[in-house]
Amino acid sequence: MIDRLHQPRRFISWLPFATLLQKEVRRFLKVAFQTLLTPIVTASLYLFVFGATLGQRISVLEGFSYAQFVIPGLILMGVINNSFANTSSSLFISRYLGNIVDLLVTPITPPQLILAYTLAAMLRGLLVGSVVLLISFFFAELPFASPGAAAAMAAMASFLFAQFGLVAAIYANSFDALSMFNNFLILPLIYLGGVFYPVSILPPFWARLSHINPMFYLIDGFRHALLGVGDLPLGTAFTVAGLMAAALFVWASLLLGSGYRLRL
Amino acid sequence: MTPALEIDHLSKSFGAAEAVKDLSLRIEPGEIFGLLGPNGAGKSTTINMISGVCRIDRGAVRVFGHDTVRRYRLTRRLVGVMHQEVVTDHFFTIDLALKIHSGYYGVPDDRAWRALLIERLGLSPHLHKPMHKLSGGLKRRFMVAKALIHKPQLLILDEPTAGVDVELRRTLWQFVREMNASGTTVLLTTHYLEEAEQMCGRIAIMNGGRLVALEPTEELLSRIDGRSLLLHLEVPLDQVPAPLTAWNGQLEQGGRRLRLCLPGETSMGEVLQRLSQLQLSIRDLERPRPGLEEVFLQLTGLNLTTNQEGSQ
Repeated sequence: MIDRLHQPRRFISWLPFATLLQKEVRRFLKVAFQTLLTPIVTASLYLFVFGATLGQRISVLEGFSYAQFVIPGLILMGVINNSFANTSSSLFISRYLGNIVDLLVTPITPPQLILAYTLAAMLRGLLVGSVVLLISFFFAELPFASPGAAAAMAAMASFLFAQFGLVAAIYANSFDALSMFNNFLILPLIYLGGVFYPVSILPPFWARLSHINPMFYLIDGFRHALLGVGDLPLGTAFTVAGLMAAALFVWASLLLGSGYRLRL
Repeated sequence: MTPALEIDHLSKSFGAAEAVKDLSLRIEPGEIFGLLGPNGAGKSTTINMISGVCRIDRGAVRVFGHDTVRRYRLTRRLVGVMHQEVVTDHFFTIDLALKIHSGYYGVPDDRAWRALLIERLGLSPHLHKPMHKLSGGLKRRFMVAKALIHKPQLLILDEPTAGVDVELRRTLWQFVREMNASGTTVLLTTHYLEEAEQMCGRIAIMNGGRLVALEPTEELLSRIDGRSLLLHLEVPLDQVPAPLTAWNGQLEQGGRRLRLCLPGETSMGEVLQRLSQLQLSIRDLERPRPGLEEVFLQLTGLNLTTNQEGSQ
């Protein structure tokens, strides 16, 4: 019986990648309350507060309601947070529990590893962003000036933060350290990057300072694509976002390719 | 013939600590090969270097002639490894985890092979249970199945029977023998020396990161200088009689058994003569077969069985 069944089967070079991608998607779907529903509820509460209540009394951008102004930022916040959370938590938990060994002993290549983690994280981030967008229709109508550019910017933001999640998961030594990346880096940068206000209304010093916040380019670019108005030209936002994404991809690739903190 | 595994001057350090020092050995295809050593001997580090979990500082490892660094995509498909630490992914059931693991190796799911592993390792009643609800023994069985799911040609088992019940040990070894008979080369580490004696055709012993012995099991056993003689006494003794202290006499079982460790050159006639002079009331005499325990003790100066639960 063993003799008959124990015949080697054909090796399919892309299967390790496809399997890891499928496993990563299953992982976040398995805990969908935490990974999908919670961020959607949080974003909906923001929409309610800034769309249906306070938003009625605030105006920050000529020709647009505050709800219209804030919705792109909230969508992108969901995309960014969830893309980062997916790669960072998955890879870190694998390191922490030791089951990363299951991958280290397989023929999966570093590019396959990065791509599978990244695509799963992008899927989660964009899923959350899409649902937030659908919910936003109850609060305001958006002009969708350049829908293709908006989709591209959302995809680039999710890619960028998926890479950052991988980097954070490698450097973090504890859950506490991992949460610091989120609470003391990503969250402040998002809040100060123009989700809730246009950077142009800040005093000149603070407005200039905001230009070194990478989040500003992503949020402004995404808003510009949806509303047709932004603090920066779309091309500038895309160029800076693209360069940041490329730099983080190289960083993540170097870490995972070398096995830094993964292989003993 | 190309060896199944060739380790060539392998070294690995963790900071200032040298875990493996200039290790070289070959395992031929079809062998069941035992790698023994006390905790910290470098066994698991060696296995980790073979499987890719650990980076190699110096030297090389070749699996069926292929370098494990340069041709890792090929060699990792040829190797199935069960690590010492129980590692599972809590998100999935046994069945799904096995399918996923097969995919990681680039091998399409073979339902018949998966079913065979599940059945032979007694996992059938637990297939759809979440991993975190499985007992330690079940997790170990799952890890064996996981190591075999992609049909490796070299199976590495690092302490597969640590902490598992007798029945599982028996079925596991039986299955390993069958796998070996079907062409799988096996490298195993174990703290249970009797298992190594029964399973392995050749045994290597490591101590302090170095290889201290590598011989066929029978030859290794025959290396023991001296032998033991057990005297079962009718009347218990309080202390070892002075004429027997030269033979490292030790009282056991409350003085009812006297163990003598005789040097190789001592003749049995001389022993019997001295015992007769002492007029001990001897109920029975026993010459236990020397085991790996003695070899191990002689080579490393360490008692392996008192160190069973540790890890490196």
